[in-house]
Amino acid sequence: MQTDLFQERALRRVARRQNIVVRFIRRYPLGAMGATVLLIFAFAAVFADQLAPYDPVANNFAVMFRPPGPQYLLGTDNFGRDVLSRIIFGSRTALLVAFTSSFVGATLGALLGVVSAYFGGRVDDLIQRVTDIILAFPLIILALAMVAALGTGTLNVIIAITIPMIPRVSRVIRASALALREMPFVEAARAIGASDVRIIFQHLLPNVVAPYLVMLTAFLGQAILLEASLSFLGLGVAEPTPAWGLMLRGAATQFAERAPWLALAPGIAISLAVFAFNLLGDALRDALDPRLRV
Amino acid sequence: MLKRVVFLVLAALFLASCAPAAPSTPGQPSPAAQQPRYGGELVFAVDAEPPSLDAHRETTFAVIIPLAPFYSTLLKFDQYNYPKVVGDLAESWTVSSDGLVYEFKLRDGVKFHDGTPLTSRDVVATYNKIIFPPQGVISARKALYSAVESIEAPDSRTVRFRLKHPSASMLANFASGWNWIYKADIIEKDPRWYEKNVLGTGAFKFVEYVPGSHVVGKKNEDYFIKGRPYLDGFRAVFMTDRSAMVAALRSGQILINFRSVTPQERDDLVRALGNQVVVEESPWVCSQIVVLNNEKKPFDNPKVRQALTLAIDRWNGGQYLSQFTFLKYVGALMRPGSPFAMPESELEKIPGFWRDINKSREEAKRLLREAGVPEGFSFTLKNRNIEPYPSLGVFIIDQWRQVGLQVEHQLLETGPWTQDLRTGNFEAMLYFNCDFMDDPDLQLLGFLSPERSPVNYARYRDPVLDSLYDQQSRELDPEKRKQLVWQFERRAVGEMAYQLPALWWNRIVVRWAKVQGWRITPSHYINQDLVDVWLAQ
Repeated sequence: MQTDLFQERALRRVARRQNIVVRFIRRYPLGAMGATVLLIFAFAAVFADQLAPYDPVANNFAVMFRPPGPQYLLGTDNFGRDVLSRIIFGSRTALLVAFTSSFVGATLGALLGVVSAYFGGRVDDLIQRVTDIILAFPLIILALAMVAALGTGTLNVIIAITIPMIPRVSRVIRASALALREMPFVEAARAIGASDVRIIFQHLLPNVVAPYLVMLTAFLGQAILLEASLSFLGLGVAEPTPAWGLMLRGAATQFAERAPWLALAPGIAISLAVFAFNLLGDALRDALDPRLRV
Repeated sequence: MLKRVVFLVLAALFLASCAPAAPSTPGQPSPAAQQPRYGGELVFAVDAEPPSLDAHRETTFAVIIPLAPFYSTLLKFDQYNYPKVVGDLAESWTVSSDGLVYEFKLRDGVKFHDGTPLTSRDVVATYNKIIFPPQGVISARKALYSAVESIEAPDSRTVRFRLKHPSASMLANFASGWNWIYKADIIEKDPRWYEKNVLGTGAFKFVEYVPGSHVVGKKNEDYFIKGRPYLDGFRAVFMTDRSAMVAALRSGQILINFRSVTPQERDDLVRALGNQVVVEESPWVCSQIVVLNNEKKPFDNPKVRQALTLAIDRWNGGQYLSQFTFLKYVGALMRPGSPFAMPESELEKIPGFWRDINKSREEAKRLLREAGVPEGFSFTLKNRNIEPYPSLGVFIIDQWRQVGLQVEHQLLETGPWTQDLRTGNFEAMLYFNCDFMDDPDLQLLGFLSPERSPVNYARYRDPVLDSLYDQQSRELDPEKRKQLVWQFERRAVGEMAYQLPALWWNRIVVRWAKVQGWRITPSHYINQDLVDVWLAQ
């Protein structure tokens, strides 16, 4: 009897989730389109080994500079490497860097924002002034400086993209947390003797999830662009690692006349991923902000 | 970034649609029938900035190419008959029968650009700075002149070098494009004055150097060869961005890049400009080598080093990489085709140069098993971030992957790359070996024990190689010397595989056809005085 009840509840939960997905698709078709593109990229990243028709780093000089055709759908580069396979594996690099840096950056930023708002006073002043200093630099300049200091490589690129993101998220989250700090449930928690850590983690952070998610998705697109920019400038990951920005650099510019497909494929992949993240981010912002629900 | 990407894509599409269907033939030089013409300014590109203005301390073309027109050397190479040596400041010279005394008679009436006459005292002071530099003064090529015991000036126009022992390459060493003759009074007052200032006896007088932008020179009316130079002046423009350099060459804003262009850049320029440009190519006294840090495990094991060299398919690599980089020729330590180089029949016997790559890779795997790393191992290949280094890095990493090695590629700016190379902060590193001429004393220098050679970055000691080097250096019979050089090569890159020669470069110079009186040589460190260069209508 009890088992039936549990099953029924589980079924209801699944149905509710399905309803949310269906409602999201109906209400935000562009956002859904973005999510679909991203799912495809994520699928390609996870199953790159199975999906890629060729080894993305193996040189094969017998087929160098092959234009797109039945054997090599997106052509080959100057080392005879299959461009499609490098695009597929490149999604792994792009998404790894984007997700890691955006997640870590947004999470640390949210935490700092909440701490700053909750404690106020000198703590707030200190955090906000440091934030002001970092915000004074454009994102790409800061990322360039970080890579110049740390050196190239995937981990350093992730760090270089993460750090400039923290103050940007922190500023937005602080604004939301300032309002929350004055809410009765926070007062109540304080009254019953809850510690600062408990209030921050149990009462404030869960209530800034909406702006957090919006910032996260917005930064995913920016992170992909930044990673591509750094790689394009020769400061990101190094050859022969497949990465979209790296594919645009060097051979693509050097052989723009002879092999234009070398620039087209990664260019389209970057644009598509950034566009998809932006569409999804906008849709999420609309869905999660009650003021925008008409 | 997005704008950049969109621009790139549109540009690529546009250029693809504009490209003519069939490439035109490169233009041919036709200087013979033409009469040299006076006047005009030669504008040319230089790919990098000089670290200082003193050629005695520097090793980069970025010093030689823009500044050589201001200076003279004792001897120089004849651009039409390389490696024939002709006089520059020296009017004549003699070498004693035992090869221990070199005496040079200087030209009369040579003046520095400040109007003071050049005497043998200036030549002595210059060579003392190069061979016996005072404390705190760097002399990059000091080791080349280790046979010199003393330098004398018996009179104002005679310079005498006394050697401790005969040296087969000494005469050619006096034609080095690096050994600019400086003024004795200045060197005595401040031996580092020339790092920031220019004063020579060359065909052009210094006008200005604007860091990051250009160097300008004007005709020296008092030049010691009457009727030269032909040009009114020159402007060397620093252009580190290759696409900007090619665009400037294409539009005629610059007329030549003396160092080299890539095959792709050559083809693009020829396609766009047809017979308006002339292409000259030459095997280059420049090669790429893989430096293995012999102090670090497992590179201290000769079997591992041999496995690494056996895994590289140089013959196919050269054939394919030459289509888009200036890497081309397969050779050991001497430039392929040069007087002391091994013929292919000999080269093919050295491990790593075998024609059968499958056999070579099987042997590599066997050696790795014997060395106790049957599954291969991981390491980092540090590399410079300018072409052709990254392309070669990609190729070599793929070659090593085929025998089970996992290699991370780390690209560095020139500064950190040089720093890591000098301090030994690397496992494997791609390096270059470029010289001003073909001579075993120069090309083998980096393979001597570190006490003998500051440029042995692989950090090993081998008395056998040191002894072979000395023997070949003192051997005056070219045939016997050649055999000693080959013996050195077989040991250095075959049996011991301390450092791994990769590929030799192919120099490609594209110049506007109106630039006359200049001929390509196997080194970009020589023939840059612009004395004979003129501009046709």
